[in-house]
Amino acid sequence: MGPEESFEQFKECAVEVLQVDPAKVVPEARFAEDLDADSLDLVELVMALEERFGIDVPESELEGVETVEQAFKVVSSKL
Amino acid sequence: MAPHSSPSPAANGTAGCAITSWASALPERVVTNTDIMTLFDTSDQWIVERTGIRRRRAADGPFVYPRPPASPPDGLGTTALLATQAGQAALEKAGLAGNDIDLLVLCTTSADQLVPATSSPVAHALSIRGGAMDINAACAGFTYGLVTAASFVAAGAERVLLIGAETLSRITNWHDRSNAFLFGDGAGAVVVEAVPGEASLLGWDIGVDGSLVALCYADHGGPGMAMRGQEVFRRAVRITVESALRSLERAKVAAADISLFVPHQANSRIMDAIAERLGIPKERIASVIEDTGNTSSASIPIALTAAADTGRLSAGDLVLFAGFGAGMTWASAVWRWTGARATSSPPATLPAN
Repeated sequence: MGPEESFEQFKECAVEVLQVDPAKVVPEARFAEDLDADSLDLVELVMALEERFGIDVPESELEGVETVEQAFKVVSSKL
Repeated sequence: MAPHSSPSPAANGTAGCAITSWASALPERVVTNTDIMTLFDTSDQWIVERTGIRRRRAADGPFVYPRPPASPPDGLGTTALLATQAGQAALEKAGLAGNDIDLLVLCTTSADQLVPATSSPVAHALSIRGGAMDINAACAGFTYGLVTAASFVAAGAERVLLIGAETLSRITNWHDRSNAFLFGDGAGAVVVEAVPGEASLLGWDIGVDGSLVALCYADHGGPGMAMRGQEVFRRAVRITVESALRSLERAKVAAADISLFVPHQANSRIMDAIAERLGIPKERIASVIEDTGNTSSASIPIALTAAADTGRLSAGDLVLFAGFGAGMTWASAVWRWTGARATSSPPATLPAN
């Protein structure tokens, strides 16, 4: 799976879990400010990503993750 | 007091068991999110969005004046009093008395005393002459208790009074702005009794993962509950879904066959996430969390009582119970609902007082 395809899948998960306009899920989008996602939304998003990609993301790796790009980096590093 | 004769499976002659009565009890003091805002920086909207909780009841803690006695001489602390109130109501509704009960099972993670079990003074207050014991499986407690009650009935007990009762306000860390707003107090009780016919407990699953103690705990004399909320959220959803699927499989029924899903009331978002993954429509969730918060062992019988009292259950309906809690523990059960016992024909053992 190439990075573009991975990002598309990442985006699909984000749109579904956070119920946001797909156009808003861009690398520089901030979860809290731009996507109106709180901490539990992020937990749910990570759960969805783990299920979609068959990966395991420990809680500790999510500390300091504030943007779509940062979250995608954590996910890509497991693929 | 005359000794209670032990039940004998041979004399019992019944195969099934049923929940034939249900009731709940809540302490008077309502603690709103606005009350919580007097303790630390938070807001009603923040709490509601993350948890679905608007208010909870408290029998102890900073909003109750005067504070209940720490050591009541008769052993009837706040957990025991709530348990007694719910248990009494369930017995009365069924036309039963304490001496119709072979076993009292009290599920609680906030026992009034270290010794004895809180079920002991409750049994005395309800004039129960059978056995009594506490079960502490945290928020999975009631479902553990339901499987236990059904097992005792299968072993020959005629009736088990199963109660979930909590005073979480006593073990809440009221300075912890990450979780103090979650917890509430209350009790719920059901009568589980032997009935002729098929078993009501169609499938069940219980478990524990003791490597996860650090996710949620409270120490003796400590500041109260400590919880890693996000970690608990994630584990709770997965563990509960897996457990519920095992119970459904053992019961040989599909999620679509479930008329009412009664999850432990921890957080409306956890409840919704579990239901969604199981494929159970939101309308089939029994939820009281808005008004009660997380009442641990008491949450399932309180939610069940509210659902049954508002006509959401008919005879033959399949109910799915599922809980998870500190430990981490989990338990789920598929139960066939039979409805209330016919109070017009009281049991032969009812005293003629």
